[in-house]
Amino acid sequence: MIRRVLRARLRSRWIGPLAAGLVALLAAALLAAAGLALAGYDPVAAGRALVSGAFGSWERFASITLVRATPLILTGLAVALAFRAGVWNIGAEGQLYAGAVAAVWVALAFPGAPAWLLLPGTMAAAAVAGGLWTLMPVGLKFRAGVGEVITTILMNFVAIHMVAWLVHGPLQEARGVFPQTDPVALAARLPRLGSGRLHAGFPVAVLLAGALWWLLRHSAWGFRVRAAGASVRAAAVSGRIHTGRVVLGAFLLSGMLAGLAGGVEVAGVTFALYENLSPGYGYTAIAVALLGGLNPLAVLLAAGFFGVLQAGAAAMQRDVGVPAVWVSAIEALVILAVVAADRFLRRGVAGKGGG
Amino acid sequence: MDAAALQAFLEASVRLGAPLALAALGETVSERAGVINIGLEGSIIGGALGGALGALLTGSPGAGVLAGAAAGTAIAGVFALFAITLNADQIIVGTAVTLGGLGITGVVYQSVFGATGTALTLPTLPALPLPGLSALPAIGPALFSQAWTTYLTYLLAPALWYYLFRTRWGLEMRAVGEEPNAADAAGIRVRRTRVLAVLGAGLLAGIAGAHLALAHAGTFAEGMSAGRGFIAIAVVVLGRWNPLLVLLASLFFGAASALQFELQAVFANVPYQLLLAFPYLLTLAALAGWIGRSRAPAALARPWPPRSGE
Repeated sequence: MIRRVLRARLRSRWIGPLAAGLVALLAAALLAAAGLALAGYDPVAAGRALVSGAFGSWERFASITLVRATPLILTGLAVALAFRAGVWNIGAEGQLYAGAVAAVWVALAFPGAPAWLLLPGTMAAAAVAGGLWTLMPVGLKFRAGVGEVITTILMNFVAIHMVAWLVHGPLQEARGVFPQTDPVALAARLPRLGSGRLHAGFPVAVLLAGALWWLLRHSAWGFRVRAAGASVRAAAVSGRIHTGRVVLGAFLLSGMLAGLAGGVEVAGVTFALYENLSPGYGYTAIAVALLGGLNPLAVLLAAGFFGVLQAGAAAMQRDVGVPAVWVSAIEALVILAVVAADRFLRRGVAGKGGG
Repeated sequence: MDAAALQAFLEASVRLGAPLALAALGETVSERAGVINIGLEGSIIGGALGGALGALLTGSPGAGVLAGAAAGTAIAGVFALFAITLNADQIIVGTAVTLGGLGITGVVYQSVFGATGTALTLPTLPALPLPGLSALPAIGPALFSQAWTTYLTYLLAPALWYYLFRTRWGLEMRAVGEEPNAADAAGIRVRRTRVLAVLGAGLLAGIAGAHLALAHAGTFAEGMSAGRGFIAIAVVVLGRWNPLLVLLASLFFGAASALQFELQAVFANVPYQLLLAFPYLLTLAALAGWIGRSRAPAALARPWPPRSGE
């Protein structure tokens, strides 16, 4: 997949993936509509609720859709970077939780600190914690040869239980009523943009996407990552690339991006830690990264699309009564549709160009 | 621990290990054929819901197990269609199938039983004590006073071992997982072999899910598979792709999960949320300590036919 995406990029940088993505989305939308109709909902009304829920007004678009898209951008970048490097990081969910825990912990530990110190401190802590959360899979991959697919997934479960323990135990709010932490101080919160709920995490995520795009495309490091992802053996045999180091670096950076997503979510949206803080952002991130063809700039668009879907799902539930659980089924549909479109496209191209 | 507590612990170990064993034995076969199916979790949750609905509709838990097996197979069929027929990446398709399985079972459950999900009570698979064997001291009731789906694992493990290592078909299947090109040259139908292995694994994962709902919980809850599909894949690694060892590794993890309840009783001050993380941590620890000495099938997770240029 990674190699294919890479080769597709070499062949036609934009047209192929864009066409595949659009065809896939159309197919997924039709199937979802058929499913909704089958379950007795009015798919047209549901679609209308989805669109008005996500785009109804600028206020709504910024406060709900873009706010939803922000953690998806960051985790989507995390997954895209890892997959580019040939690392199957399925653990963005756990890394996000590790970041959220670290952010809340730092913010609560230094309640009197000024914002210029506390906010960067919490963000850095979140990123570092996300990176640390990959250490066990990294160590198992490089020391013991255990594939990271299973280990990153197992670490997700460990993170989720750890959060449950923290909010019922050592980090529970002072009142001790609800399983959540005390809210973090104002100094640890991301500034709001405008009058709505959109926070500074969104532009930060967009900037990071731009930076990652530039790094992957124009820097020597990015070249090494792409080379290692395309073929670890070829890159190593070339003698100029320490593939181990490159892959390890990309794995850690991937974890840090996902950890930052958790920190941004806490500092920008929830202001506290609790169970189910993430509605599976780390898993949706896989769909985001794939739909974006593992290109950081396209990941922005893909995250926006899933932001629309999630924001719209809430409206569908409210207005048409479609349970929100439909979203994860639709997300799976999108992944499969993208994969299928990619395969069919490739076959057509291979027939002509022998690629 | 007194004798009664020990007996309860052993019984719980086998009860918790059985669904893992069912799923892991199936995954052993599909991985031997070169296919890693991360969508196993989707087949398990599909089997759980299929089992619940089947048992409710017919009033018979046995029919529920059949419905669960069918649901698990159908979900594995989606995986096979994309990962083998379309030759897409196994990890990505598997992730989507798990996500979709959890989503669709949630959708179906909520549209059948409503969003609030009043707790279902299902007809359960009764324990069938095997005459004679179940009277053995200590291990008798634990091993031989269980639901029939548990006994299935005792039969399957040696049968699959014999199949994989002592029959021509098993040899062909392993060839497909090790050297698909050579297998193809020898006239073995690589894709068909892989599809059948994946469907078989889905069938067993579906039974595992039905076992969870009907022999274990007596109810269905969204997400009740709780990562067992992923642990089952880790168990396959621990069991070194050998059905007999995989059965032992499953029982070992059943014991680890059962230990959680014992620990809860002994260390009342250790928060139970941490104990819930115990099986996952133990899996990681076991992988760290064990893997060096085993080797995965050479073509595992590789698409076939190979895409040109790779």
